[in-house]
Amino acid sequence: MPTLSRTFDDIQSRLINATSRVVPMHRQIQGLKFLIGGKKKAFGPRRPMPEFVEKPIPDVNTLALEDIDVSNPFLYRQGQWRPYFKRLRDEAPVHYQKNSPFGPFWSVTRFEDIMFVDKSHDLFSAEPQIILGDPPEGLSVEMFIAMDPPKHDVQRSSVQGVVAPKNLKEMEGLIRSRTGEVLDSLPQDKPFNWVPAVSKELTGRMLATLLDFPYEERHKLVEWSDRMAGAASATGGEFADEEAMFDDAADMAWSFSKLWRDKEARRAAGEEPGFDLISLLQSNDETKDLIDRPMEFIGNLTLLIVGGNDTTRNSMSGGLVAMNEFPEEFKKLKANPELIPNMVSEIIRWQTPLAYMRRIAKQDVELGGQTIKKGDRVVMWYASGNRDERKFDNPDQFIIDRKDARNHMSFGYGIHRCMGNRLAELQLRVLWEEILKRFDNIEVVEEPKRVQSNFVRGYSEVMVKLTPKGKEAG
Amino acid sequence: MGKITFIENDQTVHVAEFEAGSSVRQIAVDNAIPGIDGDCGGECACGTCHVIVSEGWFSKTGTLGGEEEQMLSMTPERTSTSRLGCQVVLTDEMDGMTVHLPEFQM
Repeated sequence: MPTLSRTFDDIQSRLINATSRVVPMHRQIQGLKFLIGGKKKAFGPRRPMPEFVEKPIPDVNTLALEDIDVSNPFLYRQGQWRPYFKRLRDEAPVHYQKNSPFGPFWSVTRFEDIMFVDKSHDLFSAEPQIILGDPPEGLSVEMFIAMDPPKHDVQRSSVQGVVAPKNLKEMEGLIRSRTGEVLDSLPQDKPFNWVPAVSKELTGRMLATLLDFPYEERHKLVEWSDRMAGAASATGGEFADEEAMFDDAADMAWSFSKLWRDKEARRAAGEEPGFDLISLLQSNDETKDLIDRPMEFIGNLTLLIVGGNDTTRNSMSGGLVAMNEFPEEFKKLKANPELIPNMVSEIIRWQTPLAYMRRIAKQDVELGGQTIKKGDRVVMWYASGNRDERKFDNPDQFIIDRKDARNHMSFGYGIHRCMGNRLAELQLRVLWEEILKRFDNIEVVEEPKRVQSNFVRGYSEVMVKLTPKGKEAG
Repeated sequence: MGKITFIENDQTVHVAEFEAGSSVRQIAVDNAIPGIDGDCGGECACGTCHVIVSEGWFSKTGTLGGEEEQMLSMTPERTSTSRLGCQVVLTDEMDGMTVHLPEFQM
């Protein structure tokens, strides 16, 4: 009953906004959990939560084109994504899958076609979600990555100052000292997992700074983000417990409301506003009352933590994996450290930490000889565009001095282009500068473990062994 | 054939020659001018060929399109004479023009 559900969502959202002044936000969300539970009993779930059990994925060449389903959350883990997307690029660059666990959707897989869809926000809407599936029912939060103009423009402009040049310059020193601190604390005598020790740790610290979030509680930001982006119904991820997600949302709402109110009080007492996100939101007329619109408040904060979490983390891990698959490139890097900035772009291209963004056609659109119907879901597979042999020479090779590395699609193009791109590049550049100061080699000693998702292309475990500088054998 | 001057944020000056019909972005990329990225390849889709046109020259660069306006509006260093280099097609009238580059291309 989609219409009924939609109406229910609208009413729910209005009800929450209207009562937000008298009911604390986390209480509202807890209330929502019971409301949704009751609604499910009365009407049944909108779409049954898919269950994903890993099975070996068949060779793509044994399948009929119409049976190819690139929404499978194990495609990346099983290393099958390359042949699957190559076949789509070559034989069905605008491809329709009508029976996926997430419902029917179009896949756009060539660089040029993705660019067209991404630029054409008049033809393709980013609303209401940019992930393939639906978020947990009742948790349809609003964020500007999933808004069209003009609302998008207003909300984005109110927060983009957090990554403005002035802030970036102030942050570089901090990023460098923290990176050094983390690298200096790594075990040198035994293998360890790079993901929690470095990638998660550094991104968690950065998020806490951007939000001015209590530093000792920064792990919460990472955990919330992981579970939001890892919802089974949304991305095929490993988190299928919807109730736990409501608890998370309530927990988040409580923490962020507290942060908001504290800042408000400090400001009222005459304290200068900081350059953190919440201060910026409070300084802007359009967003200074965001706290009274809870689903939007939570949505935009979620966006910023998810946007700055999986992406940078998995590029930090992915760079190491790439260097180990292409050891000549690490030698090249050591001999030519001035290649670091270009290498950072190449890491982001090669890894493509977020596989896609989703759109909905606002009208019938002809693309690649197919007719995409108004209302259809359209997935722009950046991970495929970044390996499109029509655009990049030897696209599967990791080449740190690749001439057109910067043309990668990982940040998206058009009005939704990644807001944190320069901060991400800065974090990665500093990481590699500091790595080269300290280590002659970082060897990946076991096959990395990849996460279950059709959206996040990331690692849960990359076991490495360090060779400190000057101790290399021979 | 004309000349265009690019001034980096640190005041380093680069002079480049152009044929009418090329875009400012293309000339910058062809001459490897630091401070212009041009990530999207001239599609008005990334905002990384932002230039600030000198006062007297701005009116000669034509009018801003809707997409250009939208991409520029996301750039914190945007000024009243900002343009995206890929959307400025050079004409003989622009011979001698100076453009300044922002500190960061966002």
